[in-house]
Amino acid sequence: MTSIDLGAFLDELRPALLRFARLQLRSDAVAEDVVQEALLGALEGAARFKGKAEFSTWVFAILKNKIIDEIRRRKREPVAPEPERALEDAIDDLFDARDHWAEIPAAWGDPHASLEQTRFWAVFEACVNGLAANPARVFMMREFLGLETDEICKELAISSSNCWVLLHRARLGLRECLSQRWFAGAA
Amino acid sequence: MLNCKQATQMMSQGLDRRLGWRERFTLRLHLVICEGCRRTREQLEFLRAATRRYRDIF
Repeated sequence: MTSIDLGAFLDELRPALLRFARLQLRSDAVAEDVVQEALLGALEGAARFKGKAEFSTWVFAILKNKIIDEIRRRKREPVAPEPERALEDAIDDLFDARDHWAEIPAAWGDPHASLEQTRFWAVFEACVNGLAANPARVFMMREFLGLETDEICKELAISSSNCWVLLHRARLGLRECLSQRWFAGAA
Repeated sequence: MLNCKQATQMMSQGLDRRLGWRERFTLRLHLVICEGCRRTREQLEFLRAATRRYRDIF
C-alpha cells in the first residue's frame, strides 16, 4: 500500500480498533493508548502487506497482544471487591425458590443466522457492555482473548471457584440480554 | 437430582474444564427432563461461537 492509502485506511480502521479495545479494557484513556501503540507497531511493517484485508488482520493481531499485555500489567490491580453474595443474587433472580427456572428460557430459532446480520453485533456489544465489570472482565479474558481459566485466576489473583461464578454470571447475563433484546420474537 | 441453577453452573463450567463422569451423568439426567436447560446449553454454546466470531470479524 502507498503511504497515502495507508494513512486513510488507518483512519478508517481506528474507530473499530478503539471499540474493540474499550470493550475489553473498559477505559477510554487506556484504550486510546493501546490503539496508538498498535498503530505505531503496524506502521513499521506495513510495506509488507499488499491488501487491506491482510493488513487489518495484522493490525488486530497486534492490538490483541497489546490488550493481553495491558491486562497482565493490571494483575496487581485486584478485581474490585464485589461480594460473592451480590454475584449470587444476580443469578438468583433467574430462578425460583427451588432453583428451577423462574421463566423457562425461550427458544432462539436458528441463532447462527444472526451472525450474518450487522445489527446483531450492535446488540451483542451493548449486552457485553451491560454486564457488571468483574464478570465482563473475566468473560473477555476467557472468550475474547482465549485464556484458560487457570491463567485468568492467576492473573487476577482470584480462586477458580470465584472465576467460575463470574463466568457463569456473565454467560447467563449475556444469554438473558440477547434473549430479550434480539431473539424475542425471532424464534 | 440437580436443579436448574446447578445445571447451568455445570454447563458453564463444562466450557472451562472437563467435567467428571459423575457430573456429566447427573447433568445428562437433568437435561433429559428439562427443556429450559437444554435450550440454555445450546445458547451458551452459541454465545461462545458468537464471541469467537466477533473477535475474528475484525
